[in-house]
Amino acid sequence: MKRPLLLIPAIVFTVMVVLLAVGLNLNPREVPSPLIGKPVPGFELSRLKDPQATLGSADLTGRVSLFNVWATWCVSCRAEHKLLMALAETGEVDIYGLNYKDDRDAALRWLQVYGDPYVANAFDDDGRVGIDWGVYGTPETFVIDGEGVIRHKVIGPLSADIVNERILPLVRQLNSRG
Amino acid sequence: MLPRLLRVALLGLAMSMPAHASTLADFDFTGNVSEAHYKAVISELRCLVCQNESLAGSQAELAQDLREEVYKMMDAGKTDDEIVDFLVARYGDFVLYDPPLKPSTWLLWFGPFVLAALALLVMGYTVRKRSRGVEQGLTAAERARVASLLSEGTENRKS
Repeated sequence: MKRPLLLIPAIVFTVMVVLLAVGLNLNPREVPSPLIGKPVPGFELSRLKDPQATLGSADLTGRVSLFNVWATWCVSCRAEHKLLMALAETGEVDIYGLNYKDDRDAALRWLQVYGDPYVANAFDDDGRVGIDWGVYGTPETFVIDGEGVIRHKVIGPLSADIVNERILPLVRQLNSRG
Repeated sequence: MLPRLLRVALLGLAMSMPAHASTLADFDFTGNVSEAHYKAVISELRCLVCQNESLAGSQAELAQDLREEVYKMMDAGKTDDEIVDFLVARYGDFVLYDPPLKPSTWLLWFGPFVLAALALLVMGYTVRKRSRGVEQGLTAAERARVASLLSEGTENRKS
């Protein structure tokens, strides 16, 4: 090539296209959580089904578990519900729930009609515990290891791909580690 | 019946009224918290739900909850830094309109200056190359050719 400088616009253009393509495919709704790698935030709430009993951070330690934030007013929670049911049926991992800013009766009806994949649910009436978990868009699903440390967070509804490629491999890896 | 234009104008006026006007009235600014200070703090924080709005401007439910949290913390005498740290610990740097300077934000802070410097370099290079080309002028062979062409032209015109 006689005039290598002529290549510069072409290179700049290609770099721009690549950067813009990557940018367009990122999901701006997914804000990385600063909680990953940290112990679960301390909380203690009444249980959804049994208001006299409580569910708290201590229940989320001891074995690998999922912590799923949901509500009956959340449309995409309905979309992922079948997957949670299927996941619960495999028995591979305990699923705990945070019923976020919901109506207790409506939530109980939901579990009756669509099935209950949860070991137990914490009832977060005013969303205060949700704030401590950095919840900003239900549904959200946290993967918690045996020591009660948050390992992963899925923002938005679960999909079969997310469950099979991200959650289950991580759960198995955490289980095998100890 | 109102003329159509007037009705449209009234509708437009109604829609342009700030929807959150009523929410600040829910707070009591006669005590520990000054309204101006409170407004300044929530205007610097970003809502995670409607990502182009500040906590002050957003009507998302989470924004309302967080406004209340911020108010409670200010009322309890927390400093601005403590409030910001509280939110960053839960939602990350994303909540800040003024992100901190650290390795992961170097590109954000310095990128534009690097690009500008590169552009200046390229411009300087191009300009120097061009001006050098003019200074060099014509070679001896080219001068001879110009002279012959010019004389040719005058001869043709004469004939």
